[in-house]
Amino acid sequence: MMTFDQNAFQIIFTASLIASSCGLLGVFLMLRKMAMTGDAISHAVLPGIVIGFLVSGTQRGLEVIIGAGILGILATLMIDWLRKKARVQLDASIGITFTLLFAIGIILISAFAYRVDLDQECVLYGEIAYLPIDLWITDSGISLGPRILWIAILNLVLVLGFIGLFYKELKLTSFDEKFGIVIGIPASAINLGLMSMVSYTTVSSFEAVGAILVVALLVVPPATAFLWTRQLSRLIQLTLSIGVIVSIFGYYLAYLLDSSIAGMMVTVAGILFFVSVILTRFQVKSRIGTQIEAKAFSS
Amino acid sequence: MEDFLYFFSFQDASIGFVVLGITLLGIGSAFVGTFSFLDNKALLGDAISHAILPGICLGFMLAGEKNPYFIVGGAIASGGLATYLSSWLKENTKLTEDTIIAVILSVFFGIGIVFLTVIQKSGNPEMAGLNQFIFGNAIGIVERDLWIYGILSLGIISVLIGLFKEFQLLVFNPEFGKAIGLPMLSIRMAFNTLMILAVVIGIQAIGVVLMAALLITPGAAARFWTDRLKTLLILAALFASISGIFGTFVSYTLPQMPTGPWVVVILSLIALLSFLLAPKRGMLSRFYHRKKYIDKTQQDHVLKSIYKAEELGKSGLGLNDLLQIYPHHKKGILKSIKNLEKTGYLFINHNIIKLTKPGKMKAKRIVRLHRLWELYLNEYLNIAPDHVHESAEKLEHLLTPELEALLENRLNFPKLDPHQETIPRDHDDI
Repeated sequence: MMTFDQNAFQIIFTASLIASSCGLLGVFLMLRKMAMTGDAISHAVLPGIVIGFLVSGTQRGLEVIIGAGILGILATLMIDWLRKKARVQLDASIGITFTLLFAIGIILISAFAYRVDLDQECVLYGEIAYLPIDLWITDSGISLGPRILWIAILNLVLVLGFIGLFYKELKLTSFDEKFGIVIGIPASAINLGLMSMVSYTTVSSFEAVGAILVVALLVVPPATAFLWTRQLSRLIQLTLSIGVIVSIFGYYLAYLLDSSIAGMMVTVAGILFFVSVILTRFQVKSRIGTQIEAKAFSS
Repeated sequence: MEDFLYFFSFQDASIGFVVLGITLLGIGSAFVGTFSFLDNKALLGDAISHAILPGICLGFMLAGEKNPYFIVGGAIASGGLATYLSSWLKENTKLTEDTIIAVILSVFFGIGIVFLTVIQKSGNPEMAGLNQFIFGNAIGIVERDLWIYGILSLGIISVLIGLFKEFQLLVFNPEFGKAIGLPMLSIRMAFNTLMILAVVIGIQAIGVVLMAALLITPGAAARFWTDRLKTLLILAALFASISGIFGTFVSYTLPQMPTGPWVVVILSLIALLSFLLAPKRGMLSRFYHRKKYIDKTQQDHVLKSIYKAEELGKSGLGLNDLLQIYPHHKKGILKSIKNLEKTGYLFINHNIIKLTKPGKMKAKRIVRLHRLWELYLNEYLNIAPDHVHESAEKLEHLLTPELEALLENRLNFPKLDPHQETIPRDHDDI
């Protein structure tokens, strides 16, 4: 029953690429205690997607990505504004921002329903299973393979480029923002850059895995990796491996149960997370014999 | 307009029902949400509203139809599990609270999506109703459900009012509650159950994603108007009802418009207006007070500079000399001079600024406070004379007459400050 054909490979490969892009950004989001900001952004890009759609007339235009990017940055700025200028507590600022922007997105979809062929359900939970039949065909009629695969490759290349270029800055500002500012790193520009990458990745992935599941891929693999290690390079390696494992098992389990691949990927990620919690707890307990190690762990 | 009258006269009984339903539901969520907002757990509601999806699907699968009892039961089970897991993870891992919330939210929702697709592929005709839980549809709630949810909302509201004292302690001072022998753990569990119930009812009108707004926004907006918990709850309930009713009105007049998003947009507008306009805490009011303070300090600086010039024996201070003392605040200083001239504290004669009699008194007091504070820091806190100026620059604008009298007494009405400059008194000449 388990088959490994070209379709399976394409889906698993694309899913791994998306999981990697999300995981790479997610590590930094988590270290900055911005996991929920990432969640907020993935919802807040909706009006940007709709406006981009209205401007370009297609779900695949560059305008959609630009619109989403702008809304992602807008959401970041609004959360910041509510927190610093209006002095609303951070969690409430996040809640107010993403619900307002998401609501505006749904209103826009409803208002232009006759022009926007944008399924709310698709935005929320996508469908990667149709990937092999959605091909990128050039004007001269040559098929270049699945369209979403190319989108995912481009996304990962840009994410890798961003992180490669600003690795030092991201690392410093994630661990000690004030020190970063002192030695001359433009922390708020780096932050906005990271947030625009998160918005771009959300849009780039929502066709395949949907907005809410993007959040899962942003947050769960890094959180799982964090249970095992605190070292940034190991954290990134582990997150990437978890992304690949989640894609493989997610695909086959969804195949077995005949259900959503994206949903199953998150379920697998969740199982990995809870298994890790239990295993690392067990590890801590068996270690506690020596006082020093226990102390080192709690510091 | 006709629509407006028809809608708000409630001639149509079904409109009345929907409005009553959404008002009760909004108040219930606003009450629960305000407590959790004050408890700094605003986003837990968001996690719960995503986390009940698998429970709803399981309830549906067990009942084989959209049976409200099974669905609410399933939702409470999975919402409860999510709430428990989030506090367990907080105690047992090093993950931060927002990471935990995001993990719980997305994993539970992912599992919910898996269940949902399984149900979808089973071809159950009642499936269509399940989407209502994700996107919400107040107008679409059937009358039987409306009764159940209305009564449940009333139940939530009455329990919250009945156990007001207990929940207040839970939010503000659980340690004290424990000390006086209240079962705080049971109270927390009762509160979490109310929260899950409010979410289960709420998401059918407003949807999973937007449920967070119904919980968080009314409380956050009301917080800007008052410090009293009871007033806060009443205001939150009011904001929730207003937006609930108008949201329903919009989707009644424009049938293609969904209710939930409009409720959220109106609620957010109320919140943004509160952030801007509320007295004391609002941004405009804080901005005004800050500006008033800056104006006062700049006027104080002008008076002080002229006084010091007169102290050196000059008959006043040239405008350019004054501007040179504060080269970065030229605009503010010019404005301060104009205002001080208007209020009769100084006058300008051939480009030389001089103090009037009341101006002299006012300036003396500023200089006196400055020098008294310098002396106090030097004598009582043993701070070197060359380190006391900065602090005195700030305190000279803030010290009250009462503190001034205390300082005078404590220092025994000194004549000189640490820099051997005279501390001026009202009856002294310059």
